[in-house]
Amino acid sequence: MKTKHVAPVTLSIASSFDNIELAQFVCDYVLRPWSLSADTTHAISMALREGIANAIKHGNGGDAQKRVSLTLQVEGDVFRMSIGDEGRGFEPENVADPLAPENRLKTSGRGIFYMKTFMDDVRYDFSLGGTQVVLEKKLVAEEPE
Amino acid sequence: MKANVRDSGNVSIIELKGKITIGSGDIQLRDTISRLLDVGKKEILINLKDVTSIDSSGIGELVGCYTTVTNKGGRLRLLHLPPKIQDVLTVTQLITVFDVYENEPEAVASFGS
Repeated sequence: MKTKHVAPVTLSIASSFDNIELAQFVCDYVLRPWSLSADTTHAISMALREGIANAIKHGNGGDAQKRVSLTLQVEGDVFRMSIGDEGRGFEPENVADPLAPENRLKTSGRGIFYMKTFMDDVRYDFSLGGTQVVLEKKLVAEEPE
Repeated sequence: MKANVRDSGNVSIIELKGKITIGSGDIQLRDTISRLLDVGKKEILINLKDVTSIDSSGIGELVGCYTTVTNKGGRLRLLHLPPKIQDVLTVTQLITVFDVYENEPEAVASFGS
């Protein structure tokens, strides 16, 4: 496992779901030197896509004039991504539990749960206006054959 | 995402290919199911073998399709679940909602019961 640092890479994208692919491409590029395990790659991809989709849909309300920011960084063996929107924030404690029997068959409401499940740490910062979600994951390299 | 539909007896098999993610494939899946229900086809098997990626919107669509088909008196089952999609269904306890098969003839035969 390499331990070099990656200086923050920042992307500002318009609120379009098509741009999730662009963010995914940049993230893959940033993490390419690490030869990550399939599980780690999948976890980060899942969280990245959920985070940006939430920022576009819930944070910015789908307003194409509003931007979503994405910052990617590696410190040691920890990958950190911050996703920011221009919305009004929300109260994480009020988010419904998708595992509750009454919510199990709902068609939405699992994005935050997936982010928490697939990343090691998820926290929110509302101090800058909008929502800034910061997600961290320890990088695990692919096992050598 | 591409969706190819074929029949095996009274079972409609939807073969999905590509991503079922927000803005790409999620609505298409719903429309495909609606068209089948509109012509009275209620026994539906979704083959996920060639699905490369799914997100919470895609999962939501699968759940919504399951509910829609069930409410119409039909049955929706899954075939060839890729490991990553199985993980995503497992952590949200949805794996227990769907009947999942690894073998098409067995899956088709299950609708006879």
